[in-house]
Amino acid sequence: MVLNLSVKEVRRALSARGSLLLVKSVEGIRYGEVVEVTLPSGESRVGQVIDVGKDVSVIQVFGGVSEVNVDSIKVRFKGETLKIPVSLDMFGRIFDGLGNPIDGGPRIIPEDWLDVNGAPLNPAMREPPSEFIETGISAIDALFSIVRGQKLPIFSGAGLPHNRIAAQIVRQATVRGKEERFAVVFAAIGVTYEEAYFFIESLKKAKNVENVISFINTASSPVIERIAVPRVALTTAEFLAWKHDIHVLVIMSDMTNYAEALRELSAAREEVPGRRGYPGYMYTDLATIYERAGKVTGKKGSVTQMPILTMPDDDITHPIPDLTGYITEGQIVLSRDMFRKGLYPPVDVLLSLSRLMKDGIGPGKTREDHYQVFMQMIAAYTEGQYLRELSAIIGAESLSERDRKYLNFADLFERRFINQGENERRDIETTLDLGWEVLSVLPEEELKLISVENIRKYHPKYRSSVRASVAADTQAG
Amino acid sequence: MARGKILRVSGPLIVAEGMEGSMVYEVVLVGDESLIGEVIGLQGDRAFIQVYEDTSGLRVGEPVEGTGSLLSAELGPGIVGKVYDGLQRPLSVIGEIHGAFVSKGVKLPALPRNVKWTFRKSLDVKVGDKVEGGSILGYVQETPILLHKIMVPPGLSGVLKELAPDGDYTVEETIAVVDVGGGEEKEVRLMSKWPIRKPRPYKTRLEPVEPLITGTRVLDMMFPVAKGGKAAVPGGFGSGKTVLLHTLTKWSRTQVNIFVGCGERGNEMADALHSFRKLSDPESGRPLSEKAIFIANTSNMPVAARETSVFLGVTIGEYFRDMGYDVLMVADSTSRWAEAMREISARLEEMPGDEGFPAYLGSRLAEFYERSGRVVTLGSPERVGSLTILGAVSPPGADFSEPVTTNTLRYIGALLALDVSLANRRHFPAINWLLSYSQYVETVAKWWERDFRDWLKLRNEALRILQRESELMELVRLVGPEALPDPDKLLLDVAKMIREDFLQQSAYHPIDAYSSPEKTVLMLDIIIRFYEEAAKTLNEGVPLSKIREAPVISRIARMKEVRNEEFRKVHEDIVKEISDYFRKLRTGELSGS
Repeated sequence: MVLNLSVKEVRRALSARGSLLLVKSVEGIRYGEVVEVTLPSGESRVGQVIDVGKDVSVIQVFGGVSEVNVDSIKVRFKGETLKIPVSLDMFGRIFDGLGNPIDGGPRIIPEDWLDVNGAPLNPAMREPPSEFIETGISAIDALFSIVRGQKLPIFSGAGLPHNRIAAQIVRQATVRGKEERFAVVFAAIGVTYEEAYFFIESLKKAKNVENVISFINTASSPVIERIAVPRVALTTAEFLAWKHDIHVLVIMSDMTNYAEALRELSAAREEVPGRRGYPGYMYTDLATIYERAGKVTGKKGSVTQMPILTMPDDDITHPIPDLTGYITEGQIVLSRDMFRKGLYPPVDVLLSLSRLMKDGIGPGKTREDHYQVFMQMIAAYTEGQYLRELSAIIGAESLSERDRKYLNFADLFERRFINQGENERRDIETTLDLGWEVLSVLPEEELKLISVENIRKYHPKYRSSVRASVAADTQAG
Repeated sequence: MARGKILRVSGPLIVAEGMEGSMVYEVVLVGDESLIGEVIGLQGDRAFIQVYEDTSGLRVGEPVEGTGSLLSAELGPGIVGKVYDGLQRPLSVIGEIHGAFVSKGVKLPALPRNVKWTFRKSLDVKVGDKVEGGSILGYVQETPILLHKIMVPPGLSGVLKELAPDGDYTVEETIAVVDVGGGEEKEVRLMSKWPIRKPRPYKTRLEPVEPLITGTRVLDMMFPVAKGGKAAVPGGFGSGKTVLLHTLTKWSRTQVNIFVGCGERGNEMADALHSFRKLSDPESGRPLSEKAIFIANTSNMPVAARETSVFLGVTIGEYFRDMGYDVLMVADSTSRWAEAMREISARLEEMPGDEGFPAYLGSRLAEFYERSGRVVTLGSPERVGSLTILGAVSPPGADFSEPVTTNTLRYIGALLALDVSLANRRHFPAINWLLSYSQYVETVAKWWERDFRDWLKLRNEALRILQRESELMELVRLVGPEALPDPDKLLLDVAKMIREDFLQQSAYHPIDAYSSPEKTVLMLDIIIRFYEEAAKTLNEGVPLSKIREAPVISRIARMKEVRNEEFRKVHEDIVKEISDYFRKLRTGELSGS
């Protein structure tokens, strides 16, 4: 590292507005370098140079510009980009969005200082993710399976139980047949204190999690700091994964607040707005966050991401979920309809998707019939949904015998297969067997997407231990 | 060469002063770390430069150095099977040297300098012959399935003065000397360079009359793309765009495939790389990576390099086209490139057009798509090559009225519109048959009709059934399916058959993934015959319920799983079963059963 002996400093700003500070340029300041802004009261804030010109430079101040008096502040240029201290001692600790402890404990003794922006992973050095993570939630394991190194967001809506689902995944997630180090890094971005607290508590209780590191920026913390939180959290996660061979799951909630902060910053910089006022570079910006997941050739650890975002007005075409969906490897979409029906987890089966699923399932990973059962259930449920709409118009009486079986399937699929307890853990065999039970209400010749061999092997009709529960349920319903 | 100083840094854009004498699109080295940049505008002594690497840490006053040359691709043996970034740096080599992360300022040649290639000189030329740009001097068997032809670079012509004997040479060693007249001599090496923004010249352009066989039924049969044609694949997220493009790159019957991942996911790129090494070419049985080139500028890599990745891909494509090959280039996704243009344009404070995109968005897209084509190449011997371009478009909110999609539609010949609602129903490839079109249908029909007389008829009949289905579905939504007359119910059954048993195709099924032209046509032939026979039978008063009981229906449902080479026999079988069954229904032989 090059030592910078000459201290660069300015003692007044030209203007202060919307978390931006304009200062007269001093020689040698670098694009992207960190500054320390000291107020007359002695309070100091961190900032970053986001535009360097010959005469004027622009600084973005994390913590905002409130109480800034342009004539009596001190801006000190640090000569390096934003770096945070990292160490294994961070386990169990709680930090703010810039990595300062806020749990009353001592500062950590850094093992390393890392640039929060990381460096892009060389695509040629990535290992395609293929290790199935069993979450114990039937809907996820069977229909949109998660693999290590994937980035799979939850698209939620205001008031939907995304936090409970995420917490359940953390509690129950395992990779079969392997006992490896597993840690969770949690980034709270502009969420309420209660939400953040709920997470930290439920994470602490999880037995399989070696430990949790939390970065909290609550709704009352400075907006601009939200730009930094996910990057700080991911830098820590990468440190654990690439330096210490730990499998890390990063949960970031709520990315909508992040995007709002980005829009606010962009407006302050008077940039040409893109769709709905969000900056044109939002895709790229989000990508620099979401792309920091994966597995790397020659390294044992992995970074898996589960960002949570609330879709404004439940609209999946809103720029935030839209751009996220273009970057992430699928999405779990929560449905208000399912929620109203009292189902948990209230997932929208048809909108949800895991792009990396095919590499994580099948013989040797889950079970040979997994893919076919999955395809068949989706196809049958699609048909059932269509018939539901139709029967609402023309009445169930005018449907054929076959169609009524599909309606029955769709109901059972939701009530028996999707619906499950918040503390219920189903292994993949149980999940797939349950899938077969539900599918068995359809005539066998309708199971076109399943091979004859798999029908012979797994269809309840051909298995000795037929469970009678579904049959009973069918009659009752 | 210009030597200036940085005046301003704003993200990927820098402004430098003291840059007199530099030219637009000249490559410059920026700052103490010599980051690679390109001049995109000049004003007085000021140059506006887009930098292809992360600009963090740059200071005002750091040097900017001109190189006097345009951003160029290195073309020669060693290019196939490689993974490059947007500046043609070999990512796998960088990975071996610098580890898993892409660091700044790395300079490595695109083609390995120390590898010796076995050069075999052409028997068609000899010393003393007149040669020109494009003339073939010899060959290097680069991979077992790719013969790399060594050509005189375009723009060079004269008398061949020396031609190296057969033997092993590095890309930098001279293999020929051309006397260009006026006492001047030029050396020809295995490697040449070409500026990526400049189209490579050819002799004449031909009409695209031959279809590009992709092995994907909905393309080959419904919306064909001609060799040398250009098509856009727009689709919202989750519509299966990338899977479709990977599939087309894998199975298309071409000699060279180029896949450009422009601003897309890193894991997808990794998946493509691994699967291309694992899968084998249906004709030769060799790994697909032996005829493929990858360019990866993932979404988190520098924005400005998205544009170069697209033009680099096209340039490499033209180079192989000039050898007389059929080349397919896929760009996933052109929207990310357009967004990069928007970002740079905003920083240049240009007047924005639609949704903040620069006003020149359309002309820049045209520059790209117009480089496709089927041509007679320069030089001797005379040969025909083609470059087909498939560009993915990622419209925000799956709204096709946005600027990138609408501008793209102005320049392409076929639209393969992906539909999220089809994908949600797991209908893959999710190409919407009502929105998609191909202007190549009439031109390629002749090629198909040489072997399959009914190609066009079958296609049009299938599309007519699907079109009629969508009209009937409107009605069904109001009154229910039972209220329709029987012939319409039959049509709905057949439409479902076309959708599920013909159009749907699994990219991951070992047999279904590649459907040979013969299998594709015969599959549809079976369905249309079924429809004709069934309609005739219904017309003669046989109830629809009897028709729906036809055992052949479940055979049709599983015909995808029949191997390409066995299909003709199965076709005969099924056709016979159809005609027998319906004849029996009509004559009453089956009515009692």
